[in-house]
Amino acid sequence: MKELLWLVPAAPYAGFLLLTLLGRRVTRRVAGLVGTGSVGLSLVATVLVGLDFLAAPSRPYVLHLWGWMNAGGFAPGVALYLDPLSLTMIFVITLVGFLIHVYSTEFMAEEEGFSRFFAWMNLFVGSMLVLVLADDLLLLYLGWEGVGLCSYLLIGFWYKDPANGRAARKAFVVTRVGDAAMAVGLFLIYHHLGTLNIQEAMRQASSQWSAGPVVAVAVAALLLAGAVGKSAQLPLQVWLPDAMAGPTPVSALIHAATMVTAGVYLIGRAHALFVLAPQVMEAVAIIGGLTLLISGFSALVQTDIKRVLAYSTISQIGYMFLALGVGAWSAAIFHFMTHAFFKALLFLGAGVVIMALEHEHDIFRMGGLRRRLPVAFWTFLIGAASLSALPLVTAGFYSKELILSQAWSSPAGGPWLWSAGICGAFLTSLYSFRLVFVVFFGEPKSEVSRSAGPMMLIPLVLLAFLSVASGFLEMPATLGGVHVFSGFMRTVFPDSMIPEAVSPGLALQAAAVVVSLAGIYLAYFLFLRNLLFLKRFAMRPFLAAVQRFWKEGWGFDRLYDNLFVRPLLWIAKVNRDDVADLVFLGVAWAGRGVHRGLVMSQSGRVRWYAVGIVIGAVLFLAVVIV
Amino acid sequence: MMLLWLLLIPLACGILAWLSERLHPNLPRLISLAGLTVPLGMASASWFNSREGFLFSGGPWLAEVSFPWIPHWGVSIHLAMDGMSLLLVVLTFFLGCISVVSSWTEVKERVGFFHLNLMAILTGITGVFLAIDLFLFYFFWELMLVPMYFLILLWGHENRRHAAMKFFIFTQMGGLLMLLSILGLYFIHGGISGEYTFDYSRLLGTPVGAIPAFWLMMGFVAAFAVKLPVVPLHTWLPDAHTEAPTAGSVILAGLLLKTGAYGLMRFAVPFFPSAAASVAAPAMVLGVIGILYGAVMTFSQTDMKRLVAYTSVSHMGFVLLGIFAWNTIALQGVIMQIICHGIGTGALFVIVGILQERVHTRDMERMSGLQAQAPRMAGVAVFFALASLGLPGLGNFVGEFLVLLGAVRISIPITAAASAGLIFATVYSLWMIQKVFHGPALTRPGREAAAISDLSLRESFVLGVMIVSLVWLGLFPQPVLDTAGIGIDNVRRAHASAGEHRQPQPEVISRGGVHAGR
Repeated sequence: MKELLWLVPAAPYAGFLLLTLLGRRVTRRVAGLVGTGSVGLSLVATVLVGLDFLAAPSRPYVLHLWGWMNAGGFAPGVALYLDPLSLTMIFVITLVGFLIHVYSTEFMAEEEGFSRFFAWMNLFVGSMLVLVLADDLLLLYLGWEGVGLCSYLLIGFWYKDPANGRAARKAFVVTRVGDAAMAVGLFLIYHHLGTLNIQEAMRQASSQWSAGPVVAVAVAALLLAGAVGKSAQLPLQVWLPDAMAGPTPVSALIHAATMVTAGVYLIGRAHALFVLAPQVMEAVAIIGGLTLLISGFSALVQTDIKRVLAYSTISQIGYMFLALGVGAWSAAIFHFMTHAFFKALLFLGAGVVIMALEHEHDIFRMGGLRRRLPVAFWTFLIGAASLSALPLVTAGFYSKELILSQAWSSPAGGPWLWSAGICGAFLTSLYSFRLVFVVFFGEPKSEVSRSAGPMMLIPLVLLAFLSVASGFLEMPATLGGVHVFSGFMRTVFPDSMIPEAVSPGLALQAAAVVVSLAGIYLAYFLFLRNLLFLKRFAMRPFLAAVQRFWKEGWGFDRLYDNLFVRPLLWIAKVNRDDVADLVFLGVAWAGRGVHRGLVMSQSGRVRWYAVGIVIGAVLFLAVVIV
Repeated sequence: MMLLWLLLIPLACGILAWLSERLHPNLPRLISLAGLTVPLGMASASWFNSREGFLFSGGPWLAEVSFPWIPHWGVSIHLAMDGMSLLLVVLTFFLGCISVVSSWTEVKERVGFFHLNLMAILTGITGVFLAIDLFLFYFFWELMLVPMYFLILLWGHENRRHAAMKFFIFTQMGGLLMLLSILGLYFIHGGISGEYTFDYSRLLGTPVGAIPAFWLMMGFVAAFAVKLPVVPLHTWLPDAHTEAPTAGSVILAGLLLKTGAYGLMRFAVPFFPSAAASVAAPAMVLGVIGILYGAVMTFSQTDMKRLVAYTSVSHMGFVLLGIFAWNTIALQGVIMQIICHGIGTGALFVIVGILQERVHTRDMERMSGLQAQAPRMAGVAVFFALASLGLPGLGNFVGEFLVLLGAVRISIPITAAASAGLIFATVYSLWMIQKVFHGPALTRPGREAAAISDLSLRESFVLGVMIVSLVWLGLFPQPVLDTAGIGIDNVRRAHASAGEHRQPQPEVISRGGVHAGR
C-alpha cells in the first residue's frame, strides 16, 4: 500500500485542476463534493499508507516519481519521503484539512466564488503535502512557495475590498523575504555539499562539518530566516494578524493548523544541520521565547476574536521554536499536532460565532452566547482549556509540559528559557479564558441570526475530541510515563533526549499547573466577576498607552513602514521617469540645440555672412600670430 | 538544406501575405500563420530527432549548410544549428505564431504590409540565430531592425514616432560598433593567417593582443548590451515596448532581447575569452543592478504596458549574470530564462493588448476590479504574474534558480544581492494584479462603465497554450536542458579552444569548468 503515497498530494492537486477547468459551470454541490472529496481521498490514502508503514516504522520509504532536471550535475528529483515525521505531518494535514473542507461547504455556502474557494483550498492542501513529503530541498521549496501563494490567494479571497488585498500582499511579500534568504541557503548547501537531497545533504553535513564552522552557521541561519518568515516569528511576525482578513476556514487551516508550522517542520527536518550550528540553535530558542511573550501580551488586548487567536498562534509557534532551540525535536512536533487540533477547533468555533452574529468580530459586542450556541460553547471551552494547558485532561497540557520540562533540563536550555515559557503559559490561559468569559458569558449584546448546521458542528466535535485525546500519546513519568509519540519519532530524531531521563521533578510541574490555573482564575476575576477593576486601570494614561502599544503588535508595522515601505515608495515616485534616460535625453537635446544654431546661421543675409567671415578671419589670424 | 527553408518559408509567406491583402483581409493572417507553423513543425521535428540522436554528425553542429556568397572577401552563406540555436529558433516560430494570432483583431489597417514586416523581422531573427558567418550575421542583425522600426512607427500607439526613433538610434549605434569589431577581427585574422574570412569557426581562437581584444570585444558587447538590455543602456526598451503594437511587443520582449544574450554567448565571450574574463565581475554586478533597478522601476509605473516592459529589464539582469558566471549550470539557467521569459512576458503583453482593446487605456489608475467582469482573464493574468515572480513549478523558476545556483560558485555576495530581486518581483507582480483585477469594480459614470467581455475562444486558446508550455517547462524541463546542453558544450568548447592560444585564463572563468562535472 505504500505505493499509494503519490496519491496523497496528487488527489488535492487533481481536485484543484478539475475545479479550475470547470470554473463556474458546476453547481455548488458538485464543487463542494469535488473539493471535499479530493481531500477525503487523500486522507484515506494517508491512512492506508500509514497502516502499512507502521508495520515497520524504522525504515523510511522513498517513492521516486521522476527526475526533475539535470543540469551540469545538479539533479534534483521529484521524490516523496515517508518517515514517522512526514507521516505525522500528512496525517494531521489531511485530517484537519478534511474536517475544515467539510465545515467550509456550509460556512461558505452563500459566498460568491464558491468553487474558486475550494480550488485554492485544494491547491493549498496539495502544496502543503508536497512540502512535508519532499525528499529534496528543491521540491520542498516548491511546496513552500505553493502554500505561500495559496495563503496570498485565500487571504485576498474577498478581492473587492482593497484592505484584504493589502493584507494578502503583505503576507506574501513578508514571507518572501524569508524565502529569498532560504533560497540563498539552498544555493550554499548545494555549493558546499553538492546535493539538495535532504537525507544526503544531512549526512554530508554531519560528516564534513564538525563543530560549528562558519558555513554551517550561515546555512542554518538562512534556513532559519525562511522558517521565521513562514511561521510568523520575530522579526517577520507582522503579516499573520493581518492575514485574518481571509475567510475563517482559511485562518483555521492555513494560518493556524498547517502552513504556519512549516518553519517548525523545516527545522525539525534539517535538525542534523542545526545541531552543527549551536549559535543558531540558541537563536532559535531565544526567538521562540521572545515571540511567545510578545505575542502573548498582544493577544491579551485584542478585541477582534480572530486577531486574539492569530496572536495566540504566533505565541504557540513560539513554544515550538523554543522546543526546537533546546533540541526537544519531538516535543516541538508533538505540540504542532495538539496545537493543530485545538487551534483549528478554536478558529472554527469562532467562525460559528461570527456567522451567528452576522460577521461580528468584536468580542465586546458578543456575550452570553453560552445558551444560544451550546455546541460551539462547549467545544470552544475544550479548545480554550487545551490551549491553556488545563492539567491532566487536555492535550495542550501534555505537549506544553513536554516542552517546558526540556526547556529546563536540556543542556541548551535553562531557567531563563523555562521562565519565558512559564510566563507565556500564564498569559495563554489568561487571554484564552478572557475570550471564553467575554464571548460566552455575561450579558447578551447581539442577536443570534443564524445557527450552524451539522456540517459545521460535526467537525467541531471531532476536533474537540482530538484536542483532548491526542494528549494521552505522551505523558510524563510522574503521570504514568507514556511515550508513544516520542518513541515513534525516535528513528527521525535519534539525538533527541529520552523523556524518561529529563523529568525535572514535581516542583516544576506543579509550577506549570499553578500558573495555568491562576491565569484562568484571573481571567474569571477580571472579565466576569469584577469588570470595574479593569476599567479603573484602563483610565490611567500610561497603562492606556501600553495597551495601545501591545495592541498594535509592539510597533513593528510602523517601524517597517518607515524603514522599507516609505523609502521604496519615495524612490519609485521620484524616479518615475528613469534618471538613466536623462543622459540620452541630454544628448538628444544638445543635438537639437546645435542643429538649431546651425540653421540660424544659414539665414541668407549677406551682412551676417560678412560678419561671420570677419570673425573667422580674425580668429584665424589670432591663432596664426599667437 | 532545412536551415535555408527555415529562412525562406517565412520570408516568402510574408511577401505572399502582402500581395494577398487585396483578395481578403484575413488572407495575410492565414498565410503568415501557415508560414510560421510549417517551420515551427520542421524545427520541432529536428528537435525530437536531435533528442533521439539522429542528427549527430559528430561535429559541433546538428545541421549545417554553406554556400559561397562573396568569395573574394571570404563571405559565405554559412548557416549552422546547435542545441542552443535550435531552441531559440523553435521559440522564434512559436512566439511568431502567438503574435500573429494575438493581433488578429488588433491590426486593421494595411494588414498585408503589417504581416510582411512581421515575417521579415522573424526571418531576421531566425537568421541571427543561425548565421555563423559574421558578415551574414551582421546582415540579419540589420534585417531585424528596419521592419521593427516600421512596425512601431506605423502601427504603434500615441507616442510611436519618438519610440521608433529612439529604438532605431540605440540599436543602430550598437550595431555600428559591432561592425567595426567584426572588421577589426577580420583584418587581424587575415593579417596573421593570410586567410581573409568571416567564418565563425576559423575566426575562433584568433590570437589578439590583450588591449585590442578588449576593445574588439567591447564593440560586440555594445551591440549586445543595448539589445539585452544592460542598465543603463535600457532606456529605449520601455518606450519601444510600450508604443509597439501587441505583436511588436511580444517579439521585442520575447525574441529581440534574446538576440543580445545569444550574441554574448555565441560570439563575444568565445572570441575573446580572457577579455571577457576581465570584465566578468563588473558585468555580473551590472546584472544585479539591472535586476534590482529594473524591479524598482517596474514598481513605479502606472502604464501597465510600461510596467511589463520594465520587468524585462529586471529579468534580463539574470541572463547577464548567468552568462558571465559561465558555468554549465548558469548557462543552462540562462537558456531556460530566455525561453520562459519569452513566453511569460509575451503572454503579459498579449493580456495588456486584450485589455487595451476592451477598456481603451493602459493606465492602471483607470482600471480596477476587473476580476468581477472577466474572471478567466484575471486568473490567467495571475498565472503569468506568478510566473514572472518566479513561482516554483513554472519555467521561470527553473531558469532563475539555475542562474543563481551557478553564480554562487563565482560570488556569494552577488548571488545574495540578486536573490533580493525575488522579493521585488513579488512586490511589483502583485501590485499589478491588485491595481487591475482586484479592488472594487469601477463604476464611474461614463467611463469604462460598459461591461468588458471575458477572454474569447481565440484568446483563451493562445494563452492556454502558453500556460501549458510554462507548466511543462517548470516540471519537466529536461528535454530543453538536454538540448541546451549540446549547445552549451559547443560554446564552452569554442571558448576553451580559443583560450588555448593565449595566456592562462583568470580564475573567475575557469572555476566554473572545474566544478561543473560534479
